[in-house]
Amino acid sequence: MNKNKVALIFKWAFLIVILALIYMPIILIIVYSFSSSRNIGGQEGFGEFTFSLFGRLFENEGLMQATANTLIIGLVSALLATIIGTLTSVGLYYMRKGKKTFNFVSQITVVNAEIVTAVGFFLLSIFLRDVLQLPVQKGLGWLIIAHTVITTPYVILTVSPRLNQLNPNLYEAGLDLGAGPMRSLVTVVIPQLIGGMVSGFALAFTLSLDDFVVTNLNKGTYGVNTISTFVYANLKRELAPEIRALSTILFVVVLVILIIFNILKRNKEKKAAKQSAANGSVK
Amino acid sequence: MTKNKFRPSFFAIPWGVISVIFVVFPLILVFVYAFIGEDGNFTFENFAAVFGEISNLTLLLKTIGISLLTTVICLLIAYPTALILSSAPFNRYVVLALLFIIPMWMNFVLRVIAMRSLLYIFGINNGFFATMIGMVYDFLPFMLLPIYTVLTNMDKSYKEASFDLGANGFVTFFKVTLPLSFGGIMSGITMVFMPVFSAYAITGMLGDAKTNVLGGRINAFFSNSSTWGVGSALSFVLLIIVFLTMILSELLSRRAPKQKQTTKGGTTK
Repeated sequence: MNKNKVALIFKWAFLIVILALIYMPIILIIVYSFSSSRNIGGQEGFGEFTFSLFGRLFENEGLMQATANTLIIGLVSALLATIIGTLTSVGLYYMRKGKKTFNFVSQITVVNAEIVTAVGFFLLSIFLRDVLQLPVQKGLGWLIIAHTVITTPYVILTVSPRLNQLNPNLYEAGLDLGAGPMRSLVTVVIPQLIGGMVSGFALAFTLSLDDFVVTNLNKGTYGVNTISTFVYANLKRELAPEIRALSTILFVVVLVILIIFNILKRNKEKKAAKQSAANGSVK
Repeated sequence: MTKNKFRPSFFAIPWGVISVIFVVFPLILVFVYAFIGEDGNFTFENFAAVFGEISNLTLLLKTIGISLLTTVICLLIAYPTALILSSAPFNRYVVLALLFIIPMWMNFVLRVIAMRSLLYIFGINNGFFATMIGMVYDFLPFMLLPIYTVLTNMDKSYKEASFDLGANGFVTFFKVTLPLSFGGIMSGITMVFMPVFSAYAITGMLGDAKTNVLGGRINAFFSNSSTWGVGSALSFVLLIIVFLTMILSELLSRRAPKQKQTTKGGTTK
């Protein structure tokens, strides 16, 4: 056996060990989501094979409500963040003065410790309610605002690089041909940014889904829980077995979406490669 | 003529306004609340309470320790992984790299709870060790992704030039590959180091009474009691730490070698 082959085997082994460590917990949960056992690794062992946890999941009102809240907050805030983030990216691209300052301010939440951001939102809600006497209350609406503000910078980070690949004169060509600024933006610039916007939306959505620190401090006392905060609060008592079923469903959904997304992306890249090859031969 | 007054940079105005109201102003509020006592007057009492309590300082040091340890372990695992994934023949399998990142898209509370069950089966109970495993497990993809991206996008000709000039693999790695991937390492570090300060959910799920991070204590000041002044003062201290690490990473990044930008398209005015 030569030296290269040994190195190759060693590399494969390294990757497989890391992958195994990453997936062992997830596989354990998936396996136990078909078990009748109350605890994982308890004295009951695996118990019987059953789908009952999936049925009970839909009867667990708290968990269902938390899942619904998570999806509502995630979808609405990601949509808002995509719209605001895309508009901002376009504005930033054409900005001449103060671009650096604007960028710095708009990226504060990205570099800041999340708990400080959470405290900021907490104090802002108190300030708006007590000092300005505005009808602001922590809860679902407040969380949507907070998540939109946290995720918009990531949309900007995703969309901006795509803008830099565009021809800057296209927008002005739209204006010259008689379209207003908004129309020129919507019909000329936006269509070329769709890819970046989809990636930005996906990123914003997953960040919202994953958020715990800001949500936990801004969900209010009336118990607007997301999956993260509900499961975390649940932990103090005994962990409900239905959570295993929910984890399995979430993992499968994520996997399916990613596979579809990657197949679409690859097809598009192949098409683009073909097209550029054709263009290249013309030139 | 009104049409000509509109400039495309105006599209950034809504977010500018939102940023000022929901990002900048809250930070000012943190600052203000930190200096206001219970009677509503200016005071240093909150800071005295923060620094007078020795456990706050030990917690701060402990948090920095946990954060550094998590960052180093993540880097030690992520860098070789990214290096292997971006090299032939592994770079042919896009799915392989994807497999390492997929967990990032799953809810982290559910993932960490899954890890807790696994550790329980292996007889590892809640504590410092379990917390460290959970931290690395949660943050590894965030370290891996930027490093992997930089390594795959790296211009191969630098490496080839190094080999052509007689350097061996070892020298090429330390003189070419590693310095050129510095940007990826830095963004990986920023995506792990600071977030660990706020990751009290992980210490809550995997730690014991002694393991906590600063974020957990700040959260408790606001959610369990209404000592907002002291909580704000502690937040302000954390804000200064964030600022210091930002300056540090900026200084380090300036020294890093940069690859020539070849992807910039369009013309600049």
